[in-house]
Amino acid sequence: MEWVNAVVQGTLLGGLYALFAAGLSLIFGVMRLVNIAHGDMIVLGAYLGLSVTAILGIHPLMALIIVVPCMAVIGYVLQRSILNQTLGGDLLPPLLVTFGLSVILQNALLEIYTADPQKMNAGSLETASVSVGGLSLGVLPLLTFAIAVAVIAALQWTFYRTALGRAFRATSDNQEIAQLMGLNRRHIFGLAMALALGVTAIAGIMLGIRTSFDPSIGGGRLIFGFEAVIIGGLGNLWGTLAGGVILGVAQTVGAKIDPGWQLLAGHLVFLAILAVRPNGLFPRISG
Amino acid sequence: MPDPILHISGLEAHYGDFQALYGVDLEVAEGEVLAIIGANGAGKTTLLRSISGLTQNDAAMVEYRGEGIGALRADEVAKRGVALVPEGRQLFPSLSVEENLIIGGQIGRKGPWSLEAVYKLFPILKERRAQQSTSLSGGQQQMVAIGRALMANPDLILFDEISLGLAPIIIKDIYAALPGIIGEGMSALIVEQDISKALSVSSRFYCLQEGRVSLNGPSATVAREDISRAYFGVE
Ligand SMILES: Nc1ncnc2c1ncn2[C@@H]1O[C@H](COP(=O)(O)OP(=O)(O)OP(=O)(O)O)[C@@H](O)[C@H]1O
Ligand SMILES: [Mg+2]
Repeated sequence: MEWVNAVVQGTLLGGLYALFAAGLSLIFGVMRLVNIAHGDMIVLGAYLGLSVTAILGIHPLMALIIVVPCMAVIGYVLQRSILNQTLGGDLLPPLLVTFGLSVILQNALLEIYTADPQKMNAGSLETASVSVGGLSLGVLPLLTFAIAVAVIAALQWTFYRTALGRAFRATSDNQEIAQLMGLNRRHIFGLAMALALGVTAIAGIMLGIRTSFDPSIGGGRLIFGFEAVIIGGLGNLWGTLAGGVILGVAQTVGAKIDPGWQLLAGHLVFLAILAVRPNGLFPRISG
Repeated sequence: MPDPILHISGLEAHYGDFQALYGVDLEVAEGEVLAIIGANGAGKTTLLRSISGLTQNDAAMVEYRGEGIGALRADEVAKRGVALVPEGRQLFPSLSVEENLIIGGQIGRKGPWSLEAVYKLFPILKERRAQQSTSLSGGQQQMVAIGRALMANPDLILFDEISLGLAPIIIKDIYAALPGIIGEGMSALIVEQDISKALSVSSRFYCLQEGRVSLNGPSATVAREDISRAYFGVE
């Protein structure tokens, strides 16, 4: 029963990792941009949530209504003003620029919020639990998982059922020909980054309710997100959710064997999958 | 001659340090079908890229309806009513056949072309509408590429070697459909390796040789030997 519990808790944790990963997966899929600052943007989302809850005195989940559009606007402006300039052929410039962005973000957060760990207060939501078949499941992890599934489903729907998603896919396929269709790729990329950071804002707030955070934790979240994306297969959104769940389960089961093994077990499973399936478990069927 | 829809003067185009076009002058009248011929590497594709905005040059080098569009981006040129059927078809592999067509029409220009009209022109595409575009035969892919350009209801349509890599019988079908396409008052520029095909569907032609116009005139009366001289540059 303890093992079943570990697997179930790991699955729910995987929802959070899928939220970390979704934005990463989305922008890589649309514009082949690897965003090194993604983890710090998750943390930025958490801090914006903290500020909004503190200033307006509202519940952290309500803060989503403000933080998600804020982050989306930041994403669009960032893409149009800086990141678009780095795209085109070489993979190195966007890596360097987003790395620089990561350093800047961390230091800015440190300056504004100090290095003290912070946490958002979600009241009774944090401790509430339901018991299912002898297992006690936290309402917050359940909610996080449900949100992750909803976010992935919404992204999937956007990609495959809307004009915007069609434009994303076309631009990802062939930027020149997409321009011929009247699509300005700089604008399309801006919209993709806006969507990605909107999702990242959700990830940040769910993180900030679940655990305490400080400006330095972005790197770790980036790694979890990366691992989830790679395990699931690049460009496959449901695969990203599966990747998050596998990573989460590996960590909780590892921790069950020996509490010190939590992170190591996750990384080992990631490496093992990478060794056996270099393209991840569910790579997008291409061409 | 009626007012030109397209007026190209002194067009120079570069790929980095390499110059591909040297002072090309060219005019397309409203409703006219023009053929562009020339050997491999003569600069035909570069000319169409320069018109459609994929290659950006000085604004005044390409005038469309009196406006200098030479420096505009491809999406801005497309919105003004210029569509390109690119060399090698270049469909979007992640989009279905129908989505490839729809995205061509997303630009929102009014006109005779719609999904139904394209399906009427190429009925086979309606049967294949839900398929991945890359699963089609070469000829069917070319139909999608043509349909995708038509969906934008362009006033000027540019065809780059639509017969490239297709079986002769398919080429015949596509050229048979061409008058129905261009007949709607559109102007067209047709780049083609097959000289007699190109001359038969056009009223005038331009021959490019190493980035320069080596000959131009009416398609019906041009002498064969003049063309081979202009084409290969042999004296
Ligand atoms: N992307 C590029 N970079 C550098 N040079 C190029 C590029 N594209 C074309 N060229 C050069 O420009 C010249 C004109 O090429 P272009 O493609 O316009 O010729 P073309 O007439 O369309 O030939 P083809 O019949 O083979 O399609 C050629 O010498 C070609 O090598
Ligand atoms: Mg060519």
